[in-house]
Amino acid sequence: MNFLEQYNYWIVIILMMSGFYIVIAHGNLIKKMIGLTVFQTSVFILYISMSKVTAGTAPILNEAYKVYSNPLPHVLILTAIVVGIATTALGLALVVRIKEAYGSVEEDLIQEKDLQQEGSE
Amino acid sequence: MLMGVYSLLTASFFVLMDAVDVAFTEAAVGAGISTILMVTVLSMAGRFENRQLHHPRIALFVVLITGVMLVYGTFDMPAFGDLNAPVQTHVAPYYLQQSAQDIDIPNVVTSVLASYRGFDTFGEVVVVFTAVIGVLAMLEFSRKPDTTGDEPAPMYQHKILRIVGKILIPPIMLFALYVQFHGEYGPGGGFQAGVIFAAAIILHAMLFGVESTRKAVSMPVVKVLAAVGVLIYGSVGVVAMLNGGRFLEYNALAENPITGQHVGIIIIELGVGITVATAMMLIFLTFARRVGKANGDSA
Amino acid sequence: MIEHLPILQVIIPLLAAPICLILREARLVRWFTFIASALAFVNSILLLQQVQTQGTISYSLGGWDAPIGIEYRIDLLNAYLLILVTSISTLALLAAGPSLRKELSERKETYFYVAYLLCLTGLLGILATGDAFNVFVFLEISSLASYTMIAMGRDRRALWASYQYLIMGTIGATFILIGIGLMYMMTGTLNMYDLAERLPEVQQTKTVFTAFAFFVVGVCLKLALFPLHLWLPNAYAYAPSIATVFLAATATKVAIYVLLRFIFSVYGFEFSFSHLPLQEILVALGLMGVFAASIVAIYQDNVKRLFAYSSVAQIGYMILGLGVGSKTGLTATLLHLFNHALMKGAIFLALAGLIYRVGSVNLKAFSGLGKQMPWTMAAIVVGGLSLIGVPLTVGFVSKWYLVLALLESNWWPIAVLVLIGSLLAVIYVWRIVEVAYFRKAMQDSAPYKEAPLMILIPTWILVLANIYFGIDTGFTVGLSEQIAASLFEVAK
Repeated sequence: MNFLEQYNYWIVIILMMSGFYIVIAHGNLIKKMIGLTVFQTSVFILYISMSKVTAGTAPILNEAYKVYSNPLPHVLILTAIVVGIATTALGLALVVRIKEAYGSVEEDLIQEKDLQQEGSE
Repeated sequence: MLMGVYSLLTASFFVLMDAVDVAFTEAAVGAGISTILMVTVLSMAGRFENRQLHHPRIALFVVLITGVMLVYGTFDMPAFGDLNAPVQTHVAPYYLQQSAQDIDIPNVVTSVLASYRGFDTFGEVVVVFTAVIGVLAMLEFSRKPDTTGDEPAPMYQHKILRIVGKILIPPIMLFALYVQFHGEYGPGGGFQAGVIFAAAIILHAMLFGVESTRKAVSMPVVKVLAAVGVLIYGSVGVVAMLNGGRFLEYNALAENPITGQHVGIIIIELGVGITVATAMMLIFLTFARRVGKANGDSA
Repeated sequence: MIEHLPILQVIIPLLAAPICLILREARLVRWFTFIASALAFVNSILLLQQVQTQGTISYSLGGWDAPIGIEYRIDLLNAYLLILVTSISTLALLAAGPSLRKELSERKETYFYVAYLLCLTGLLGILATGDAFNVFVFLEISSLASYTMIAMGRDRRALWASYQYLIMGTIGATFILIGIGLMYMMTGTLNMYDLAERLPEVQQTKTVFTAFAFFVVGVCLKLALFPLHLWLPNAYAYAPSIATVFLAATATKVAIYVLLRFIFSVYGFEFSFSHLPLQEILVALGLMGVFAASIVAIYQDNVKRLFAYSSVAQIGYMILGLGVGSKTGLTATLLHLFNHALMKGAIFLALAGLIYRVGSVNLKAFSGLGKQMPWTMAAIVVGGLSLIGVPLTVGFVSKWYLVLALLESNWWPIAVLVLIGSLLAVIYVWRIVEVAYFRKAMQDSAPYKEAPLMILIPTWILVLANIYFGIDTGFTVGLSEQIAASLFEVAK
């Protein structure tokens, strides 16, 4: 077990779990989106840290350098970042509409209103 | 605001990890677009939350289990920076060694993104397009009357901001174009360029008001452009098929395969840039208008 | 042309989407969407024929062979599902015109069709690809499009349902991404078949185990396996009717496909079932899903939500079939994938017609509809009988194979439980039948007309398919058995 060699993964895990916790535990819809973003970003860090080669450099070919870091995870993460922002944009759009329709962005208040509505149906 | 800082920190981390393209994108997207959208929504929803946590113990339990699983998974992982890890010895070396011959551009990330795994990038553009459709479908038409009209933006009063901002907008756009076309040689490319270009427009909106920006930038045209970007990308693929190659096989686009690669890459990056720029613009402007109305009502 | 079929399958709806945005006018967009979906359907049939004669097809996108580039790989399993998804999509679009006009404001109609096409693209992309990361990208395309479609429902609860689905769905997708990342870390490749070759070397590592676990959990969220199904009932209940038809019949099936693909073609049956107590977990959760969901369904007053819970139960059966771990069990699952789409497609289409006329899906509103909307109610009845598993319907065929599989593996008690589950279905179907046929219509309203023809026709096409494939099982059973056999072969 190489603790020191894997410190980057530890950081990732802590970030990931914080984000995950925020998503599940908080009732405020916007906070949930933030947690989601933190969660996703930490996964990006995971991928990127796996691409690094010690003493390598950015994968832009140049005669001066021999050792490069792996470009494939970079490509994957670029796409993942885009997916992340798309999700965030949609999520926030929903929050705006929910706020307009329910007057609140707190999960418990929204659920209460729904129960009231169902009771009277 | 903290999100913006967090994003910039992440971006710096990426630079340290040699992931310059990614850092660029994360900075633009995370510190830029994401933060702007969050701030916009927060202005509507209020900055303070109800402090009660939702089943905190169950949440903690789930999070702990997940965390433990992940830690368990790290035990057999290759060491950080290891040259002989599987990811460094399989597939990746091909890109690093052969891309000069196959495609002949220095930025290997662009080679992989635009050519080797070009179809994933096509999917990415479609994701952006889907997000725009979603935001438009949800926020475009509000039943509230249009009260924003010709009010000047809050920032209009600050002369210095206004003048400096006005001067900055064209250079930002120019920079965006530079990033767009220089992406083969250095960090950059369609996506980053699109976001920067949109940032210029957003700056305009912040200074002069959403309505004036909407007049300057015609919304229906922008919507069509967003669709056109995707179609440009797709047509490169279709033309390749018509020329006898596979979908997105740039080698089939010209007599000389390398020329074909270059042509293919430039055009698809253009498609990406157009769709991303218009998408970010549309998303921001739609948000701003809707939230503006909601705030205008409650003011 | 023939050689490009795999990619055309996905490109046709993909390029149709932005074109629809440019066309703008609702009438043009409706037709264009329908044509795109119909072409995709024709494409899928041609593909199946090609696979049946030539064997597995491989198509290298960009001209770069795997694992350097992304590969599309079509075999019997995904060809089968491609036909399923495209046929349901096209039938739903037939009914979409009148249904959407009532349920959406006119300006939003175009956006709905664009989102629909994007969702279709996403689902087809997941089915056709042979690259793990590509699965993720197209999964998100279909998911984002789904959130959009659901949020366009009339009721404000649609917004909340969509948000919850977004949160849960994104967590699931991120878990999948983690899984893919860990798999990549240990093998250096993203191509599914390359992974299959390289995973055995690193099989014993904890990292691969974790990768598998995260991936499976992520997929199970998307396929609504109990207890990760919480997003489904509200999402299906409050979405516009046509969206429910499409999603209920296809989205979770595609997720099950991903699970099957990774268990059999990537990780291999042996690894998947021996390393984790996966078999027990799947069987247990499947059964719990069947019972919990069926019981909750009985108490629902919102008929759409009732059938949504019923879907969760049916997914439970499918997972149960998988959990048995035998060829017969897998055949049952594959059959049920197809049959459930027919059943729920028919039911939700009939409900679409009902909403069009009546405006509400509350059970009270169903009083006396048996007389007023005979065709629509009959469709629901046949669908219900299929759900229960009455002979002569497709539901019977899949249940038969499931029970057979359980008996083959000597799991008598579970077979009995499956039969009890069917009895629960009888109860919730009977509730509807009772109100519709045995109660008098509500006095104050004028009698309702039958649903419009454009909705009735696709409904009854599916209803008749329910009966036809229940009697002539050659196509479905033959194909399912073939697929199951081939999956188990690869797994060795």
